[in-house]
Amino acid sequence: MRMRPIPASQLVSGRRGLAGALALMVVGLCPTHDARAALQIEITSGVRDPVPIAIVPFARAVAADGGLDVAEVVQHDLEGSGRFRALPRERMPATPTRADEIAPAVWKGTGSDYVVVGRVTAIDNGQLAVDFDLLNTLTGARLAAQRFVGAASAVRNAAHRVSDVIYQKILGVRGAFATRIAYVAADGSPPAQRYQLIVSDADGANQHLVLESRFPLMSPSWSPDGQWLAYVSFETKHSGVYVQLVRSGERRQVSARAGVNGAPEWSPDGRKLALTLGGGGGNPDIYILDLASQELTRLTDDPAIDTEPVWAPDGHSLYFTSDRAGSAQIYRIAAQSGAHPTRITFGGSYNARPRVSPDGSQLAMVTLDNGAYRIAVQDLASGTARVLSHGRLDESPSFAPNGATLIYSERDGERGVLATVSTDGLTGLRLKAPQGEVREPAWGPFSP
Amino acid sequence: MTEEASMRRVMIVLLVAASVALGACAAKRPAAAPPAAPAANEAVQGSGAGSANAAAGADEEAAGPQAGLLATHLVYFDFDSSEIKGTGTDVVAAHAKFLGGHADTRVRLEGHTDERGSREYNIGLGERRAQAVRRALLLQGAADAQISTVSYGEERPAVPGHDEAAWAKNRRVEIVYLAQPLPPK
Repeated sequence: MRMRPIPASQLVSGRRGLAGALALMVVGLCPTHDARAALQIEITSGVRDPVPIAIVPFARAVAADGGLDVAEVVQHDLEGSGRFRALPRERMPATPTRADEIAPAVWKGTGSDYVVVGRVTAIDNGQLAVDFDLLNTLTGARLAAQRFVGAASAVRNAAHRVSDVIYQKILGVRGAFATRIAYVAADGSPPAQRYQLIVSDADGANQHLVLESRFPLMSPSWSPDGQWLAYVSFETKHSGVYVQLVRSGERRQVSARAGVNGAPEWSPDGRKLALTLGGGGGNPDIYILDLASQELTRLTDDPAIDTEPVWAPDGHSLYFTSDRAGSAQIYRIAAQSGAHPTRITFGGSYNARPRVSPDGSQLAMVTLDNGAYRIAVQDLASGTARVLSHGRLDESPSFAPNGATLIYSERDGERGVLATVSTDGLTGLRLKAPQGEVREPAWGPFSP
Repeated sequence: MTEEASMRRVMIVLLVAASVALGACAAKRPAAAPPAAPAANEAVQGSGAGSANAAAGADEEAAGPQAGLLATHLVYFDFDSSEIKGTGTDVVAAHAKFLGGHADTRVRLEGHTDERGSREYNIGLGERRAQAVRRALLLQGAADAQISTVSYGEERPAVPGHDEAAWAKNRRVEIVYLAQPLPPK
């Protein structure tokens, strides 16, 4: 459950203000996150001229908000994007909490182009309201004024939604801060290994343990509605594909056939999984599993390794990895079986693990670049590819739902960590677990 | 629709959403969630922050034979290759002969890769290695019913490390003897 935005237009007219008050009843993230140490963020690169913005500490009328510093979360989100630079609090000339308390010229004088003010207030039924205003300091114009309402546990989500609105108003691209990621954490060495499937906010905070196993967990994939994860588990000492409701933990096995059961990817309509099956003969091919009917359709039939299927956003075709031409390359095939696959990648000796951008125009992949495995993005219309990462063992790229950023895993010394890079290559950050390694990040969809 | 009516509709939507939210919270973490639907195979139960450590009794491991070449349960491979080579050929031949003479003995072939390349591709490569060993065992006297395969790809390295020395030890098939014999025919 997430906080529901109430547009500024509803707040200013008296009658619609009532709608805002009624919305107090809605929402609230259930307090489910484990008290596990959050991933630590390290910003690795940013744009040359980030947007200067002042995010003033929000007024807090109550202790019921758990002490969360909303402005700090917003600041972390915006600075983490690499496109904003926040004014340090000690340089703030005042601490307004409402738009009408802001003297634009004073804030312009601090070098800030924008100023954000807000407040957290208690309303009925133990709910909290998070209000904020975004002002242009040059014109004094109010660019956004919005209220998010929910339980105290949902204040962090509200803060991410504030960040989303600011990002969109200033950069013209929908923010993806109020989204979640799933990833695999691994710790220990054989036979005491421990694998965990974890869901957290996109900034690594608010972690929720989905599943834990002594045997490998792999390849998490979000359902389009953000309710389910599909993944691979070896808990039976054999590979199996499972789907699990993130909220309740309810799960079921959808494939544990002889040989490989791997690489599940949800179809855009949420009704099917593309997956890799090896069969008794052991040769991996791509199949489509209808989740309701359990009906299985074979998509490829080749002695090569065919794996890592992913759907184009329109659901009409899939991309996958195959070594049918001697080395791993990416191919496209129509979702209707029988069609001949078309090779998509030609640059270099190794291109694998494709993911398609939300608008269908770009393919992210792992590419072998001067002896190092790196993340590249290929423009599907022109065929031009750009390498975006700089590690030696980078893998598992996943697009943010706004298409502006990729999350992937890389090696930092002995440890696997998560990293992000903007698709223009200009900004990036790293997310490290306090111990053990984290890998295979999958960026979830926008929440409603 | 009048604004009044539209207002009422907003209220209803909000109330429904609120009750759904409350219901969802109450239903959090059931002690043991039932399988949602008939699964293709045996369903595995999970719970909220479930653990997946089902020990499959039929797959318990045994030490297996240890005499001579049979003491070696590992077959190594070159990068991106599933060709059995060098001493690996002799090791596989020895196990094939043993299995041929012990028709109720079962092995599980576990294919592994080094960490380079994508994870699911490596699952495919590990399976290809396990299948190469399986075929060699079958050609030299073992029976199909004695052999199962699994590929762990790069997920369970034998040794840590990120250099060629570590990678060479991780590109392997492990011949794992199982405790439970095949039922007599």
